[in-house]
Amino acid sequence: MRRENHPGRGFAAAAKAAVGRESGSAAVNRCATQNRIRLAFYFCLSVALSTLSASISAAQDLRAPSAVTAGEAVSISTTGSGKATFYLVGPGVSNKSDVALGNEISLRGQDLRDAGQYFAILCSDSCHSASFFVAPAKPASLAFLVHPSRVPVAASDAVSGVALAFDQFGNLNLDPGTINFQLTAGKTSLLSRDVAAHDGVAWFRTTSGKSAGPLQVVASIGELSARRNVQEVASEPCNLRIAGQRTKDGLVVQTEPVHDCAGNPVPDGTIVSFTATDASGKSTVDAPIKHGIARAEIAASGPVVVSVASGVAMGNELHIGGGQ
Amino acid sequence: MKTILTIIVVATVVLVAVGLLGAGQTKSGTIGFANGSALPGLTPKADTPEQAVTNLLNDVQKRRWDAAYGALSKTSGVDEETFREEWQGSNGSLRTFSNLEGSELRPVHATNDDAQIRARLRWTTPVGPIEDVRDFRLIREGGLWKVVWPKQQVANVPAQVVPVTYLRWDLVSGDGKDEWGARNIDPPHVRIVSMNAVNSAEGSAVMGEVVNEDTVPAFVNVGATLVDGGGNPIDDENSFDKIDHVLLPKQITPYRIDFPGIDLSKVKNVRMDIKASLVPASADPVIGVMNQKIDADVQGRSVLRGELLNQSGQTVNIPHVIASFYDNNGKVIWVSDGYVDRALLPETSEPFSVDIPRSLAGKVQSFHVVVNQYSLGKS
Repeated sequence: MRRENHPGRGFAAAAKAAVGRESGSAAVNRCATQNRIRLAFYFCLSVALSTLSASISAAQDLRAPSAVTAGEAVSISTTGSGKATFYLVGPGVSNKSDVALGNEISLRGQDLRDAGQYFAILCSDSCHSASFFVAPAKPASLAFLVHPSRVPVAASDAVSGVALAFDQFGNLNLDPGTINFQLTAGKTSLLSRDVAAHDGVAWFRTTSGKSAGPLQVVASIGELSARRNVQEVASEPCNLRIAGQRTKDGLVVQTEPVHDCAGNPVPDGTIVSFTATDASGKSTVDAPIKHGIARAEIAASGPVVVSVASGVAMGNELHIGGGQ
Repeated sequence: MKTILTIIVVATVVLVAVGLLGAGQTKSGTIGFANGSALPGLTPKADTPEQAVTNLLNDVQKRRWDAAYGALSKTSGVDEETFREEWQGSNGSLRTFSNLEGSELRPVHATNDDAQIRARLRWTTPVGPIEDVRDFRLIREGGLWKVVWPKQQVANVPAQVVPVTYLRWDLVSGDGKDEWGARNIDPPHVRIVSMNAVNSAEGSAVMGEVVNEDTVPAFVNVGATLVDGGGNPIDDENSFDKIDHVLLPKQITPYRIDFPGIDLSKVKNVRMDIKASLVPASADPVIGVMNQKIDADVQGRSVLRGELLNQSGQTVNIPHVIASFYDNNGKVIWVSDGYVDRALLPETSEPFSVDIPRSLAGKVQSFHVVVNQYSLGKS
C-alpha cells in the first residue's frame, strides 16, 4: 500500500507555516484551497472510473457507508456473485484487493486514517464506484501559537494566539467546537475567553498585562490543553532621573532606580547614555543598568551639564558648578 | 674590440652612477612628492630633511628596525623597542595587522639646523586603507639630518583586580523535540529612528540611526535599495562596518550606507530594510568617549576628536568609532567612522578623530559617538 500526503497533515503544516505571518483565517483559506485541489483530483479520478464502468454492463453493485470517522473500520456491502477486484482510493491510501461479490468488504481503520473523500471501486465484468467522506476524529491535540514571545507591559492588542485542533491522526478538526483561552500573570487572571472555532481555527488578541514577568497563556478544549509562556517586560524608562557628584578625576553620576511608567524595573543590561558638557567638550558614557541603577564616571572639569537618556526616553539635566 | 669593450664598461658604470644619484636625490622646494625607495642595500645619505624622513620610512616599510632606529637623533627619548612597537603595534591592535604601503612628504618649515616634515602615511589594514598624517621634527647632527622621536607617554596602569559584574546574554536553542510553537523566541525588536539620503563626494549615501527597543541584545544590519522613477531598483547596499552591529537594549547606533557613483537626482525612492537577530552579548567593556569636540586637524580639515576611555578590565584590541552629526533641526546629516590603530588597554584612554566632510562642517550643530569594539578571542 502506498501512502500519499493526506490533506489533514498538509493542512496542519500549511497552517503552521502561515501562523505568525498571517491571520488564522487567512491560513485556513490558503489551506482550504489546497484541500479543494486534492478533492478535485479525486473527483476527476472518480468520473474517469465511472465512465469506464458505464461502458461495461452492470452486473454488481456496492453501497458505501454514509458517515465514517477517521481511524474507524467500516464495511461496504456488495451484491452479485463471483469474484471481483476492489479498489480503495483516498487521500492517504490506494489499495487493490480481490473480493467475493455478495459479501461485505471490510475496510481497516488504518486505511481510513486521513480525513477526506474516498472512492470505492468494484470491478468484475463491469465496474461500479461509490464515494464516501471520512471525517476527522475527535480532537486529540491542540496546535497553539502565541505571539510575541516577549512583550512590553500595557501594550494594546499586543498578545495574540491561534489554536487549531487535530485528531490523533493529524487531521484538522474543522468543527472542534469552542476553545477556551486563559491568560494568567502570576496568580492574576487577565483573560478568560471562549472562542468558537471557524473552519477549525480559534484565535484571540488582547492587551498585555501591567506587570513584568511571565504570562501563562493556555488554550483548552475539553480535556485537552496547550500552555505557552510570554515574557512580559518593562516598557520604556519613565521619569529617568540622575544625581551626581564631583570626584578627584571628574564626575560620578548615577540614575535613581530605573522604572517604566507602570513602575516595573527596567531590566539590567539596558543602556543608559550619560552626556556631560563642559568647556573642554562633550563626554559620553553608555552604561548598562546594573541592579536597577546605571552609573558612569565621566572626566569633566569646571561647570558641567549632565544629561541622560535611554533609547528615545530622555531624563533630567544636572548642572554641576565648578566648585562643587 | 678592446676599445669597444672599454667604452661599454665605462658607459655602464656612468649609467649606474647616474641612476644611484638620481634615486637618492630629492628636489628641494618640491611641495608634496611621493616617497621613493633607493636601490636595495644602498640608502642615500640623509643630507636633506626630506631624505632623512624618506630613509626612515623606507626602513620602516621594509622592517629594517635597526637602520630605522639609527636614523633617529640622539636627543630622541625613545628606546628601540618602544620605537618599534609604535610602528608595529602591540596588544593585537589594528597596527599589528597593518603595513605601511607608502607615504607623501610635505615640508612644513626648515632652517639650517632644524626642520619639520609632514608625512601622509598610507597603511593597508584588514579594514581597508587608512591614512595617517604625522609631523616629523628633524635636526642636523654631524652634517646629516636626523629625526627627533618624541617619547610617548605610556599609561602606567597599576596591577589590580577589576571585578566584572556586568550582564551577559547567552542563547540556548531548542533541541527540536519540543511541541511545535512551545519554544519560539522572537527576534529583537529594532527600529530605524531616522533616515536621510544625501549626495556625497563618491556618489550618494543613506544614513540615520537605529535603536534596539527590546530587552535583549540584537545583531543588526541595515540595507537600502535605491529605486528609480519607474520603480526599478538601481542598486542595493548595506551598512557593512558603518554601524555598531551588536546593540544592547535601548542602545542607539548610527548607520551609513554608501552608493558609490550614484547621483541622488536619479533616485525616486529608497527602500530600507533592517534585519535583527538574537545574539549572545556582554555589557562589558564600557568605553567612555571623553572631551569630544569639533576642530581643525593639521591639514585644516574639520574633524571630531576626543578620547576613548576603557572603563573595564579588558583590553579592547581594535576600537572603532562611529559618529553621527546633526544639523540644527536634529536631522542626521552625516555619519563618519574611524578605527583607532592602538589597542585600548584597561583603564586607559586613546585619542581618536573622525573626518567631517568640508561641505557639511558648517552645518553640524551636534553629534553623537558610539564605540564599536573588536577583541581577540571574542566573536
